[in-house]
Amino acid sequence: MNKITNNKAWFLVLPVFCIVAISAIIPLMTVVNYSVQDIFGPDSRFFVGTEWFQQVLDDSRLHEALLRQIGYTFSVLLIEIPLGIGVALTLPRKGWGVSACMVLLALPLLIPWNVVGTIWQIFGRADIGLGGYILNMLGVSYNYTQSSVDAWLTVLVMDVWHWTSLVVLLCYAGLRSIPDAYYQAAKIDGASRWAVFRFIQLPKMQSVLVIGVLLRFMDSFMIYTEPFVLTGGGPGNATTFLSQYLTRMAVGQFDLGPAAAFSLIYFLIILLVCWVFYTVVMNAGQREEQ
Amino acid sequence: MARIDLNNLAHSYFPDPKGDEDYALRRMEHVWEDGGAYALLGPSGCGKTTLLNIISGLLTPSHGKVLFDGKDVTNLAPEQRNIAQVFQFPVIYDTMTVFENLAFPLRNRGIAETQVKTRVHEIADMLDLTGKLKQKARGLGADEKQTISLGRGLVRDDVSAILFDEPLTVIDPHLKWVLRRKLKEIHNKLRPTMVYVTHDQIEALTFADKVVVMYGGKVVQLGTPQELFENPAHTFVGYFIGSPGMNIMPCNIDAGAAWIDGQRIALSDTQLAALGNASGKLELGIRPEFVRLESENATVGDDGIPVNIVKVEDLGQYKIATTRFGNAELKVKVGEDQQVVGQSGVLRLPQEWTKIYADSQLVA
Repeated sequence: MNKITNNKAWFLVLPVFCIVAISAIIPLMTVVNYSVQDIFGPDSRFFVGTEWFQQVLDDSRLHEALLRQIGYTFSVLLIEIPLGIGVALTLPRKGWGVSACMVLLALPLLIPWNVVGTIWQIFGRADIGLGGYILNMLGVSYNYTQSSVDAWLTVLVMDVWHWTSLVVLLCYAGLRSIPDAYYQAAKIDGASRWAVFRFIQLPKMQSVLVIGVLLRFMDSFMIYTEPFVLTGGGPGNATTFLSQYLTRMAVGQFDLGPAAAFSLIYFLIILLVCWVFYTVVMNAGQREEQ
Repeated sequence: MARIDLNNLAHSYFPDPKGDEDYALRRMEHVWEDGGAYALLGPSGCGKTTLLNIISGLLTPSHGKVLFDGKDVTNLAPEQRNIAQVFQFPVIYDTMTVFENLAFPLRNRGIAETQVKTRVHEIADMLDLTGKLKQKARGLGADEKQTISLGRGLVRDDVSAILFDEPLTVIDPHLKWVLRRKLKEIHNKLRPTMVYVTHDQIEALTFADKVVVMYGGKVVQLGTPQELFENPAHTFVGYFIGSPGMNIMPCNIDAGAAWIDGQRIALSDTQLAALGNASGKLELGIRPEFVRLESENATVGDDGIPVNIVKVEDLGQYKIATTRFGNAELKVKVGEDQQVVGQSGVLRLPQEWTKIYADSQLVA
């Protein structure tokens, strides 16, 4: 095949390039700039090379926050994805129930994040909160401001409450796209309920599930507002996740150099995980086709 | 294999049907004989698929019963009825290989793996799928997918009946012939009861021993392709089957003959006797194949009708002449060797092919 080269084509890419540069590349470069320098003022700056990166990588409190973050994100995915699929499967397929369920499900998604934090902060309080008070009345000693387990669970339940709807809606959309004939054929073939799920519903939901997992991974890995409002990262450091640690470092202690280095590592982790996940899943799909 | 009886069957999608119009399927009695190859022919929306889904159990009829070999199965689910059905659009299980797809109905019923293997290979051989058994089904083309769907319908050897719901819609025309022949072969070999829904008359006539024509939620005729052609029991059958369809013209009966626009058409004595005092809207029907067109110089005589020739279409193997007398229009199929010249001619309607319908039903 003869390829036609025309360098004018580059001009067509230019607008997009400019937008991406302004929206992403230039801000990112300022972070890179901070991460390799020690800056005291506009006129006094020193190039420090990888010093900040090494300091950050050796920071044991950061390791803890990272582990906590990984544990949290995996718990979120492990609960929300199966739960979302489960709820989507039980939703009605027609009638007034459909719109009623859609509205109910969409409600948590519409609430601003810091409001979600506030709702749960009040809801969970042992003295005046409905949830906390009832739990204590039932004899469960529950106090998220003192017990780190309670705090951790509260943050987790809050996220499940807030975001499972997203997975449900995505899965529901995937399920709705399956033609009736598939279910009819499965009935004729004598397939069990499980086989219908395993061989019809799950494969047809695959692409929306990939999106769901990616979104939930990125969001929960970057979670900041809700735990900040609910527990402030405490008690101790029990619910201090990466974002919050980063904010403390950058805004609280004004360690801009390490904070910038940390930001880059953080960004790369998310990028890497998403890329690996996406490539693996999509390759698996393609290999099947061959 | 089983004989299927439909007892006083009717179905409405409304919970509280009032008139006849509310019924997708009007009351019917019908028998599908064991081992027969039936085609269910009718226009879109005539209730074919409804009827098929009632037989397979995907739908429970609002009235009447379905019997398999005399056993009432009306309230049984499809998997309990032991029936196979192939749908209009290919249904395959994406994540499975072709082999697993074909084996699925067998494995679901707990059949021993050695038996599954031999059976799947047998069917794959019949459908030329052997080379593809190890492939994932997802990457195949539409016609291969539909072949797999057919295979899943055929793979169980103990089914009561195999139902096809317009299975060749998505298939390329040249493959349609191949697959239809395959189905016919399989029917000759295994003699399952087969019901084949289609709106394509050629498909119906080539596939089936018996064709059931449906119209407006009713079975209007059951017969061999030849019966449907020579003796349509309903004007719809006459119009729907054949290309072009039957000529149907309003007429009245008077003085021992039929009259169309003042033109006398002689009827036989048996026809006149059968007519008796038939009431309702009377129509005369005759197939274009049976009308004879003679040149304008021919003697009109007792049975001739002088006509104008409106147009002649040459279709290669034959010509179709559209003729007119009064307000009535009649199509005539003319052999390629016969010359049609001039603006007018003489028509002759042989009595044995002239049919009289009262309210669309054949009376004589």
